[in-house]
Amino acid sequence: MLTFIVRRLLWTVLVMFVITVVVFIIFFKTPGVDPARAIAGRNPNAQTLAEIRAQFGLDRPLPVQYGLMMKKIFITRDLVSYSNQGVRVVQEVFAATPATLSLVFGAAVLWVVLAIAVGIAATLFRGTVFDPLLMVVALVGISAPVFWVGQIANMITQGTLHGTFLFSWVPPLGYTPFTQNPALWFKGLVIPWITLSILYIGFYGRVLRANLLEVQNEDYIRTARAKGISERRVLLRHSLRTSMITFVSLFGLDFAVLVAGGALLTEVVFGIHGVGYLTWQALTNLDLPTIMATTIYGAFFIVLINAIVDIGYAWLDPRIRPT
Amino acid sequence: MTAPGQAAADTSAEPLLEVRDLKVSFRTEDGTVRAVDGVSLSLAPGETLGIVGESGSGKSVTMLSVMRLITDPNARFEGEVRYKGRDLMQLNRDQIQGVRGAGISMIFQDPMTSLNPVYRVGWQIEEQLRAHQQLSKQAAHARAIELLAAVGIPHPAQRVDDYPHHFSGGMRQRVMIAMAISCNPDILIADEPTTALDVTIQAQILGLIRKLRDDFGTAIVLITHDMGVVADLADRIAVMYAGRIIEQGTRRDIFYDARHPYTWGLLGSIARLDRPKPRRLTTIPGLPPSLLRLPKGCAFGARCPHRFGLCDERPELLDKVGDGHLDACHLDLKQKEDLRETTIHPELIEEAK
Repeated sequence: MLTFIVRRLLWTVLVMFVITVVVFIIFFKTPGVDPARAIAGRNPNAQTLAEIRAQFGLDRPLPVQYGLMMKKIFITRDLVSYSNQGVRVVQEVFAATPATLSLVFGAAVLWVVLAIAVGIAATLFRGTVFDPLLMVVALVGISAPVFWVGQIANMITQGTLHGTFLFSWVPPLGYTPFTQNPALWFKGLVIPWITLSILYIGFYGRVLRANLLEVQNEDYIRTARAKGISERRVLLRHSLRTSMITFVSLFGLDFAVLVAGGALLTEVVFGIHGVGYLTWQALTNLDLPTIMATTIYGAFFIVLINAIVDIGYAWLDPRIRPT
Repeated sequence: MTAPGQAAADTSAEPLLEVRDLKVSFRTEDGTVRAVDGVSLSLAPGETLGIVGESGSGKSVTMLSVMRLITDPNARFEGEVRYKGRDLMQLNRDQIQGVRGAGISMIFQDPMTSLNPVYRVGWQIEEQLRAHQQLSKQAAHARAIELLAAVGIPHPAQRVDDYPHHFSGGMRQRVMIAMAISCNPDILIADEPTTALDVTIQAQILGLIRKLRDDFGTAIVLITHDMGVVADLADRIAVMYAGRIIEQGTRRDIFYDARHPYTWGLLGSIARLDRPKPRRLTTIPGLPPSLLRLPKGCAFGARCPHRFGLCDERPELLDKVGDGHLDACHLDLKQKEDLRETTIHPELIEEAK
């Protein structure tokens, strides 16, 4: 198992290297695009352009350009944004990370717990109206766009019903760091957590239900019943345990994408200055250094979490464990 | 073939398990499928009962119903299953869980899929032990090792911590058997235990089942479509066709004095080395009837070479001679004796010509 983990992590490093190369080539070698102009943002003057060319070594060979760029991102970390007046990009991404992690972690806890509850409830109530009803509600949850749900939630909790006892506790939009005021951190995130998790609760609930029902017909579930163990144990220790294999691999991907900036819409709607928000800002300002930093950050997160999921997967399913 | 040895059970004793007029039907979009249509069986302590029939004849459904393992919400059950003074069909969920795996246990056709792939085999055996007995984790683990040794798994102390995918098919079936006998059940139901295995492994598994029966006196219900398997092991045999038992008797009755044309067909399809080699094995023409629309008369009528007028009425399963050998066929005993050999071995007629 240990060699498997080490091998998986080494593989991860290789994948990350390939990603940086690909990202670099896309940003610097897209035909017809002058990278200096792209980096400089809107309406640069000639002096800035010359400065950028020298700094990024744009007149030198390609590997040198790549090396300089990686040095700016990983070693000296002095990649600056031109459209945003000299803000250090890497530091900015790192500063935005806690907000994103807070949002995504909380939502993930919510959606895992509730999706398991929905999946199990639908399975238990199979054959009654409750099961299809639950599935329709889940489908509605999946179909509702997150920015729309967020806006409605804001309208209600910040506007129409804010004065009532129901939502008077909801603080104004924005993110308060946990270290500054834990209570406010929590209160400010409750509505974003719910908003972000609705889609996933619906989706994962439906996937889990389908898996649970499929597993019900497996021979080993019949064996488990024939052993005389309780139905509850059959469901939790046998059906759910094997159904979780799909659930976990899906979860890894979705979670990684969200941490990598995929929660952009939620962050923008609720004014949470996380990585998604930063990406959105950079995109609207055509701020190439920031876009590049968030892209690499995002890709790294996805690859890293994928590695963790693979390790967790091997823990869940002994058949894929190397011996 | 040897005469039934000391394993032959005392069939006159109080039956251990008695199935009375069991009916199982499934509602489907096309109508009601009568999978089991009035089956009555009894099993004496220590006895081995073979249930023979082709796919879809209702043999597995019968025994799965006894265990109450059919969870299909569209299934309907009628009839009684007496075990230790109780009707299993009437037990509540907790009560039936106390019977499963403890009093009656079951092994299945495909050992490759019958064990949970994500748990160690020892864990899976211990789970059953601890469901029925007050055992500590350590005691259950020690017992699991003993059981693996008892079913002939080499190095049980190491193998107990392996996962099912580390075992071959035959070894997995041994694990299944170890699990099934873990709580010393009165009855072991083996549902086609060797069908998915290689021929050499089949013989080993059957030998193991025989040994366990002889050592522990467990009564066995052996479900199979293979006449060779029951010839080896069964004290009594019930032949099923289209959801009903059409003949039932001792192993001798079925193999040397079969009284139903369907049984003749089954016997004719066995390749035998102790008879003149036929040019080809006999087959039974046609297919079993649809369980959605069973014919009014004898279900085998359409395929039977000896069909006559009376066959439009459904024959009852009766002991016409009074020797404990039951059959559901309208032919009289004399006709049966005349027709039997030539139906089983049509090549004898060819030779006579």
